[in-house]
Formats: sequence, structure tokens, C-alpha cells
Amino acid sequence: MRRRVAENLTAYGFLSAALVCFAVFSWYPIARGAVLGFQQVDFVNDPAWVGWENFERLFADPLFATAWRNTLLFTALALVFGFVVPFLLAVVLNELRHFKAYFRLVVYLPVMLPPVVAALIWKWMYDPGPGLLNTALRGLGLEGLSWLDSSDTSMLSLVLVATWANLGTATLVYLAALQGIPGDLYEAAELDGAGVLRRLWHVTVPQTRFVLLVLLLLQVVATMQVFTEPYVMTSGGPEDSTVTVLLLLYRYAFYYNDFGTASALSLLLLLVLGAFTALYLRVTRKADA
Amino acid sequence: MRTLIAPGRSRTGYTIALVVTTVVLTAIFVVPLLWVVVSAMKPAPELARVPPTVLPETWTPGTYAEAWDLMDLGSYFWNTIVVAVGVWAVQLAVDVPAAYALSRLRPVLGKAILGAMLVTLMMPAAVLLVPTYMTIADLGLLNNPAALWLLGAANAFTVFLLKRFFDQLPVEVLEAARIDGANQVTMLWRVVLPLSRPILAVVSIFAVVAAWKDFIWPLLVFSDPARQTLSVALQRFAPDTPVNLLLAGLVLSSLPMIGLFLVFQRHVLAGLTAGSVKG
Repeated sequence: MRRRVAENLTAYGFLSAALVCFAVFSWYPIARGAVLGFQQVDFVNDPAWVGWENFERLFADPLFATAWRNTLLFTALALVFGFVVPFLLAVVLNELRHFKAYFRLVVYLPVMLPPVVAALIWKWMYDPGPGLLNTALRGLGLEGLSWLDSSDTSMLSLVLVATWANLGTATLVYLAALQGIPGDLYEAAELDGAGVLRRLWHVTVPQTRFVLLVLLLLQVVATMQVFTEPYVMTSGGPEDSTVTVLLLLYRYAFYYNDFGTASALSLLLLLVLGAFTALYLRVTRKADA
Repeated sequence: MRTLIAPGRSRTGYTIALVVTTVVLTAIFVVPLLWVVVSAMKPAPELARVPPTVLPETWTPGTYAEAWDLMDLGSYFWNTIVVAVGVWAVQLAVDVPAAYALSRLRPVLGKAILGAMLVTLMMPAAVLLVPTYMTIADLGLLNNPAALWLLGAANAFTVFLLKRFFDQLPVEVLEAARIDGANQVTMLWRVVLPLSRPILAVVSIFAVVAAWKDFIWPLLVFSDPARQTLSVALQRFAPDTPVNLLLAGLVLSSLPMIGLFLVFQRHVLAGLTAGSVKG
């Protein structure tokens, strides 16, 4: 009995620093965030309970709908590029038996760049005049685009940067999953007369389904919180075409000093992302069982 | 090993695929980086030319030194190093004992504590931005790197990775040390940590890279320009810095991470699959 108490004391001694850090920087902010959404907070006066007022202010803000539309557009485009492309790239890389180390190095190199650096490099390359991208397009005999300067292409431009910078992670995770597929499955499918595309669809995709689904959900959750690219590259413009939910949240909190409304927006974001997170949990649980 | 397409099916097809992949990936991922490195060495007027010159007509490698002095990159490097090394040290000092306790000492409520930690992984970071910022402000930690160190220590992912590794250590080794009369601190320090080098390497690299890449937290915490990290300072300088100097600054501030990657590539890539899902 005494031994058991002593053991527990040691264990909690080891845990104490972590418990304090989690309590102060995770658990308490979670609870506090829920309350803040219903308070008026400005760092000058004491916080006051205002009920649903913060939410009403949000719904009345025309930028609210714009921000959600932009964020969903970003997420959708990011999935088209950031989900499909790495998978196909991994399939191709898995077939190649040369330069393996080089390919891994190259696709992962941009992941090591600080996102601010990637954003500023691309902002410079997007320059419609001397920028690398329009120079390349003109070299191919095409017309240059306005990229970040036009509300038609601004969001697409941000998606390209984010994809370029992050694609390496997904590619290498898929590549690891592909290497786990038993070779006889392909052989058997081939004996049955399945061509390359049918083997890809009926063997490769089902065999990596779990990894694909997990990364898809993680990617949705990550891309819906996009902040650095619009903040650094466009500040939300032109014509509010790149104001994302997080950028709006940042403006409420740090331009208008309205932490209550910013928290209300956080709660709405939590509601939406919570649905995806619950889905993610269900998927991973099932695989564990 | 057999993959989608049987090896040796079509020599020419394979060669074409190999060449195309090499060219495309190099063009997309390497050329822009080289383009930045080289362009930084063009004088500002040459950089504004349409179409751009491929190689500088006048090489000005001195731009790098000039950028270093003009933007005072030395002090921003120092600030970033203080943040990154601090995050690394505090995270290990806090999370290793915690993971060891949860894995080996199994205290009362241990499972509940691990659960409560893992729940924080499911909280989107953006949702906690405002309340965590206010908590940091209440503690008087604004403009103090310790805010980022402590924030980094509350990392459930690190605790989870470490605990899973400690779970798999051979029981016999630990039992033997125990019979020899080692107490838990000696056990962790002398027996468990030396056996845990692979996971410590992965966790360390994760921590340093994440701290170096982080933007939003340093942006919120360091309103004082003298305390800012490279990322925050560079985006502040960007609008009114001559392009050649800015490019040089971007290259210089990325070098430590690129270097780290080239040296520890194996560990970085091992961490990728250790962290996500097993294939």
C-alpha cells in the first residue's frame, strides 16, 4: 500500500511540469474560449456577458460570408491539387527504380522552408512583369496572368503556393503506404487481364484507402485554417477575394481589439472543423480495432 | 519488388518516364529555389527588367552581406535560435518525464490524463488563438520567448510518440536495472534515454523545424521588433526593402533548415511515417 502511494507520487512528480503546461496553455484556453464568445472583451473594461451579440455582429458583417466562401474555395482547390497530385506523384515515384533519393529530397525541400519565406518567394515570382511564372508562360507562347493582382486568380495563386510548399509530406506518406502493398496482388490482377488503370483503381486505391482518407481529413482541417499565405501575400485583397476565416478572426482580435467577436468566430470554426475531426476519429478508431 | 507495372516491361517507356519525372520535379521544386539564390546576385535595376536575364550580367554576391547588415539579420537569427532551441529543450525536459510516467509508472488516472492530452490534438489550433493569446498576456509573457517555449511543451503529439516508444522497450532491461536498485530518475536517465535515441532524434527535429517555421505565434507574441523571429521580421521588411536584398535575406534565413534537412534527412523522413500512419 505504502509502496503504491510512493510510486504514484513519483509518477505525478514526473508528470507535474507537463500537467501545468497543458493546463495553462491548452485545457484552460479551451474552456476560456467557449466563454469568451459570449463576452465583450477589449482589454480596457472588465469582460461583460453579452449573450449572442457577438454572433449577431458576425452575421451582420458582409465579410463573414465572403470569408467562408473564400475559405471553402481555398479548401476545395487545395484538395484538387494537394490531394490528387501527391497521390499520382507517389504512384509514379513508386514505379521508378532510379534516383529514388533525389526525388525524395527534391519534393521535401520546400517543406523545410519557413512558410513566410515560401510566400515571399512566390509573391516575387508572381510579379506579372519580370516574374518567373509569366516569363515561363510567355516563353511557351502563352499570355501572362495577373496572379495575385486579380480577384479571379488570387485564391488560385495562394493555393499553388501552399501546395508547392506542402506537397512533399503527403507524397512521402503515400509512397510509404504504396510500398506496403503486396506485389502478388498486382500479379494476380494482371493474370486476370486487368490493365494498368484498372490495377491502379482496383488494387492501389483500395490498399491505401485508409491512409488516403486520413490525410484527406487532416488536409481539410489544416487548409480551413489557412492564414500565413493570405496574410503575407495579399492581406486579404484584391477586393476581399482572399479574406479567409482566420484572417477575419485576426482582424477582429488584433485590428479592432474585439476579442469576444473573434472568439465567437473561433467557436463557429470549431463547429465546422469538429465535424471533420469526429469523422477522422471514427476512421482511425475503426482501423485500430 | 513487384509494383503496379511489372519491371522490365518496356525499357523505352521506363526511360522516358524517368527523364520526364526528373525534369518536371527539378523544374518545379529546385529551379525556383536556384532562381532566388541567383537573382539575389543581380543589381536591383537588372531585377526589374522584362524579360529577366537568366544569369546576372553584373554579379553582385555582396548583396548577401549587404542584406545581412541592412536588415540586421544577425539579431533576428539569434532571436529565432533562442526560440527554437528553447522550444526543443523545454519540450524534451517536460514531455520526456511525462511520457515515461504515463508509459512505465502507470499512475492512478494516467489513462484519463493521456486522453485529456490527446483531445487537445483534435482542437484546431486556430480555435485556441484568442484565449491562448489572452492567457499569455495575463501571465505577462508577451514579448518573452518563454511564452513559445511553454506553448511548445504542451505538445500532445510529442508525448504520444514518446509514450508509444517507451511502451515498446524490453521489460527485461528495465527489470534488471530495478533489481540493481536504480530509482526512477536514474532509470530514466541511464537506462531509458540511451535506448530511446531514435525517437529522441525524431522528436527533436520535429520541435526545432516547427519552431523555425512557425509564423502566427511569434507574430502574436512579439510585437516588439527587437524580439521578433526571422519570419516575422522578414514579412515586416518585405514591402519596403529592395528586391535583391529581400531575396538574399530569404535565402539566408532558410539555410539552417535546408542544412538540417541535408544532414538529418533520414531522421526527418523517418519522423514523417512514424508520426502519421503506418503503411
